[in-house]
Amino acid sequence: MKLYELTILKAHELLKQKKISSLELTRSIYDRIKKVDKKVGAYITKAEKLAVLQAKEADKAIIKGDISYLTGIPIAVKDLICTKSIYTTCASKMLEKFVPSYDATVIKKLKKAGAVIIGKVNMDEFAMGSSTENSGLQLTRNPWDLSCIPGGSSGGSAAAVCADMCLGALGSDTGGSIRQPASHCGVVGMKPTYGRVSRYGLIAFASSLDQIGPLAKNVKDCAILLNQISGHDPSDSTSAPENVPDYLAACEDGLKNITIGIPKEFNSSQGVDSDVSITIKNAINIIKDKGARCIEVTIPHTKYSIAAYYVIAPAEASSNLARYDGVKYGFRDKTDSSLSEMYKNTRTKGFGPEVQRRIIIGTYALAAGYYDAYYKKASQVRTLIIEDFKKAFEKCDVLLSPVAPTPAFKIGERIDDPLTMYMSDMFTLSANLAGIPGISVPCGFSQNSLPIGLQIMGKHFDEEKILKVAYNFEQATNFHLKKPVC
Amino acid sequence: MSLSKNDVIHVANLAYLNLEEKTVDKFAAQIGKIIDYVDTLNRVDTTNVIPTFHAISLTNAFREDTEKKHLQRKTALENAPEKENGHFVVPKVIG
Repeated sequence: MKLYELTILKAHELLKQKKISSLELTRSIYDRIKKVDKKVGAYITKAEKLAVLQAKEADKAIIKGDISYLTGIPIAVKDLICTKSIYTTCASKMLEKFVPSYDATVIKKLKKAGAVIIGKVNMDEFAMGSSTENSGLQLTRNPWDLSCIPGGSSGGSAAAVCADMCLGALGSDTGGSIRQPASHCGVVGMKPTYGRVSRYGLIAFASSLDQIGPLAKNVKDCAILLNQISGHDPSDSTSAPENVPDYLAACEDGLKNITIGIPKEFNSSQGVDSDVSITIKNAINIIKDKGARCIEVTIPHTKYSIAAYYVIAPAEASSNLARYDGVKYGFRDKTDSSLSEMYKNTRTKGFGPEVQRRIIIGTYALAAGYYDAYYKKASQVRTLIIEDFKKAFEKCDVLLSPVAPTPAFKIGERIDDPLTMYMSDMFTLSANLAGIPGISVPCGFSQNSLPIGLQIMGKHFDEEKILKVAYNFEQATNFHLKKPVC
Repeated sequence: MSLSKNDVIHVANLAYLNLEEKTVDKFAAQIGKIIDYVDTLNRVDTTNVIPTFHAISLTNAFREDTEKKHLQRKTALENAPEKENGHFVVPKVIG
């Protein structure tokens, strides 16, 4: 087995036994990147010099017996999480030359554990998109089929994990941006409960929906990353002061006493590919066979989640992105002009089309005279969606659904039709609106051999049950072991 | 209700964006379609429903009032497109 093919857990065992070094592992990852990333295009920035130093430090620590699960483990980071001294571009011309002067809390936590930051990976510009085609800097392709999108917005994270160009990755999920690319690339990806992971140093898109989470080759690796990044942070006033359990230990229990709910709305949704429905039905049967009880539940307002989301997220974005005015950091248009012309030219040249579209939708929804009709209305519907979930979770522990209505689609197929692109997120948006956690685990393949993911959602701060169900499912199947040839 | 070109120009102006005419046409059609879709929210009765702005609401997230290290002026200015004598420089504001 090549070193770059290792899982986090396996690499940890080998590092601990001193059978491999972090430096060898890190070099193997960069060799792999040199070989395949010309085709895949996941990395925007490779931080090889810093990574080699981190690997050497990790090896020194390991010799002293100072080792945790992530010591010496190569990790990729979505390019909207601030990394001190490493470009953080948000895949935008606006931040193409931006070098943060501090680390995000999650990066501090990874470094504290001795992880090796390999580099920064591609995404839709400012995390707005479902295919990574909205990146202002480069195209990322799906390792399973290079003519397809990797999903988005954390498409670089998912593609890098999938093509063995890191052992695990961090992404962010505002409406499905971890789960949907994980599904399309056949890896595990988790959006934790809102507030579970600090957002300090995460470049904001929609602050009431954004959440950082892990992408990994299997469920246990995902649990290891979640263990490390979770917890209250005084620098993020929305981070939750809840205790963090041991997510790795949570994987081990069986499924007796677990009740799974199948939302009937998700099964009767239009536009769902037959490969997806068949695969999800099989997955539900496998989980039943493992001893879980299965009931049907209803989340009646979920059909309004796309409409509510495309008011709330752009509204928050239009406010968050007001800071890009060419003064303190980022791109500035240098045409000789007045202050307000400088603002306008900077923003018009710095932001790509999807970002501009969402700023306009958001500004419109918040404008005088429209606030009640759009923003307030959408926020009220959000309340109803949350109540629906609460009622459903009185009867069951977790909910199962598809992650995305179709497998990965072709590059260019939906780029000119934003509304159709937004429909890609029909199953994932409601978890962000409700703040609940959700995971994507590989559960099969389409007839064209593209991966399909199963979504498992849980109650607020109940990531343990999600991981338990996901791990039991994974152990009963071998979809997560299949690799693309690239 | 669809979006007129004038609506797009007006809102773009509020958001400090300068759109070319062909972009205005394109956005009016695309965003109009999105706004029409969003209007399906009107089918939901939300009488007396309290809006949610944060799914997990925390009130008064206080911290100890202690001294903390902050970014030094030099560091804070590192990414500035234009700076001078420890300040951000912008185009002339007063004529």
